[in-house]
Amino acid sequence: MSSSAIRVDGLGKRYRIRPRERYRLLSERMSRAFRRRPAESKRSDRSESIWALKDVTFAIEPGEVVGVIGRNGAGKSTLLKILSRITEPTEGRAVVRGRIGSLLEVGTGFHPELTGRENIFLNGAILGMKKTDIARRFDEIVAFAEVEKFVDTPVKHYSSGMYVRLAFGVAAHLEPEILLVDEVLAVGDAAFQKKCLGRMGEVGRQGRTVIFVSHQLVAVQSLCRRAIHLDHGGVVDDGPAARTVTKYLGNIAEGVQRHEELFADPASAPGDERVRLRRVAVRRGAAASEPLTMDSPFVIEVDFWNLAVDSRLHVTLHLYTEQGVIAFTTGSSADLEWYGKPMPTGLFQSVCHVPGNLLNSGWHRLVVLVVRDGSSVILNHESTVSFNVLDVSARREGWLGREPGVVQPLLTWTTQYVDAAVAAPV
Amino acid sequence: MHVLEPSTGGWPSLRVAELWQYRELAYFLIWRDLKVRYKQTVLGAAWALIQPLFTMVIFSVFFGKLGRIPSDGVPYPLFSFAALLPWGFFSNALGQASNSLIGSSNLLTKVYFPRLVIPIASVLSGVVDFAIAFAFLIVMMFAYGTTPGAAVALVPFFFLLTVVASLGVALWLSALNVEYRDVRYVVPFLTQVWLFATPVAYPSSLLSEPWRTVYGLNPMVGVVDGFRWALLGAAAPGAEILVSAGVSLALVVTGAYYFRRMEGTFADVV
Repeated sequence: MSSSAIRVDGLGKRYRIRPRERYRLLSERMSRAFRRRPAESKRSDRSESIWALKDVTFAIEPGEVVGVIGRNGAGKSTLLKILSRITEPTEGRAVVRGRIGSLLEVGTGFHPELTGRENIFLNGAILGMKKTDIARRFDEIVAFAEVEKFVDTPVKHYSSGMYVRLAFGVAAHLEPEILLVDEVLAVGDAAFQKKCLGRMGEVGRQGRTVIFVSHQLVAVQSLCRRAIHLDHGGVVDDGPAARTVTKYLGNIAEGVQRHEELFADPASAPGDERVRLRRVAVRRGAAASEPLTMDSPFVIEVDFWNLAVDSRLHVTLHLYTEQGVIAFTTGSSADLEWYGKPMPTGLFQSVCHVPGNLLNSGWHRLVVLVVRDGSSVILNHESTVSFNVLDVSARREGWLGREPGVVQPLLTWTTQYVDAAVAAPV
Repeated sequence: MHVLEPSTGGWPSLRVAELWQYRELAYFLIWRDLKVRYKQTVLGAAWALIQPLFTMVIFSVFFGKLGRIPSDGVPYPLFSFAALLPWGFFSNALGQASNSLIGSSNLLTKVYFPRLVIPIASVLSGVVDFAIAFAFLIVMMFAYGTTPGAAVALVPFFFLLTVVASLGVALWLSALNVEYRDVRYVVPFLTQVWLFATPVAYPSSLLSEPWRTVYGLNPMVGVVDGFRWALLGAAAPGAEILVSAGVSLALVVTGAYYFRRMEGTFADVV
């Protein structure tokens, strides 16, 4: 037990939230000291606090590659910050054996006025590398980052892709015994991501201890043998990566199922005297507890009250990706059952069936429009419904990161053997 | 092996050995500061001269000529410039170091290293400016035909004293500035008052003992008197120099402990 690379015992971190001001002022403290009004100082001491991490206990053996997963605010980054000695725990303790290198953000300390070469040395020193180590690996870093031609150009003239490649290049050539990585793979273009993941796998195979925090569950599953699931600052699951990830997906799916926006009272629902929105919901068919994955079909339901006799209404949806790009728009006008026909007053439900293998992974949100007479928008509602499409597909080989693109449809491909000749004679 | 635990209320360890391990980082940070500073300004190295030079001219006109302030038998321009050298280093250190931690917040929240490296590097990056101004002082001494006495051998010691005094105040201010954000508004004012409380424009020989020794409680008094003695052959300083040296050392040690005590929370509040 005592040979563990990392042992964490009852670790906790509390952050104080000062309700009004974020910083303290010396002048204020001094004037308080002079005034001596204990009642007031007591009140300001009773500032709120949150436990970002609470009672976390685990041990990691040398050579283990461990993924840490959990939703935003679960305490993943706080855990890495404590282990990499950036911040102190509030309670408990952690014992770390071996030199730690942390990659909490690539390009820390890069200065735009300095050249690529200068930044490599500066950044390396910040990450704890010796000057001689950096010099020894310099060519390797430059080749990895593919910036050979620009190594003596100030990085302010770099494209963002080059900048990130250089930054990761330095970080990837750290040689610590324990490597802490926080979501740095979400950078660069697809080809470079692939290279980074390859590099991560290499580090793991060299027998080094790696803690890897990521939202990319596919990457966690393939790089790590073990995964720890954090939620609300505590460990909720710790075990083989495949099992932990599957259970975690189940948790998220429950979150999605709750993602429904309901307006019970027609008087206060979005809309006006012509139409009121009742409900917007995203569901994955009948088996609602299953996670919403890239390959699963799902439905979007829109319930609305028509309040004006003989309106000709249809629903239009704008589906946004988390980057704020409209992935597609679609309208219930495709359904000829009601389209263009006068509707009686009362409750209607329009259901949009979205096929599997269409959307890319990530968070999505909806804008719901109700259109009258095929042209005038009489309701425009930015729905609070949002849902996460998860990438667990096994259909791809090798590449583990997120594919670029607004959508990720599964298309039909054919390849034929045409001719034996390598170069056809003209 | 590292044990990461909440810090207890007791005396923190200074961890000087670890600081020494990170000397390369300090070197790179200084090098970055200098490179960027001289790359960006058209005047470049001339900046290092302009400030003390203009201050010297102004002092010479108003205090030397019009105010007829005595200068211990040394030409007034030399007298004031020799004091403006260490003073410039000191005031620059205060300004740079007090904001150094906040300016490096992206480092503090992303990477571990002994945080003392940051204020130390920002104080030491003033060495080049000092050297440039020092070279000009030598030119001025030739022009005035002033030759230093044997005490010139003590110049390195007085320079060291300048660094120690600057670092002592800088450590306090940099750590205080993270905790209390109004410190940065105090620094320019503090520097201004401190300039007049230091014998830059006037000689400390205006005071008689025992007040001159008490005056040494301002560490810059010993520094300035020392420089004038070592370089210009002004009257040898008295006990105030020992008082100043003691205060400087005390400031560095207490500043370093205060800094260590506070650094655990830097990443959370910066």
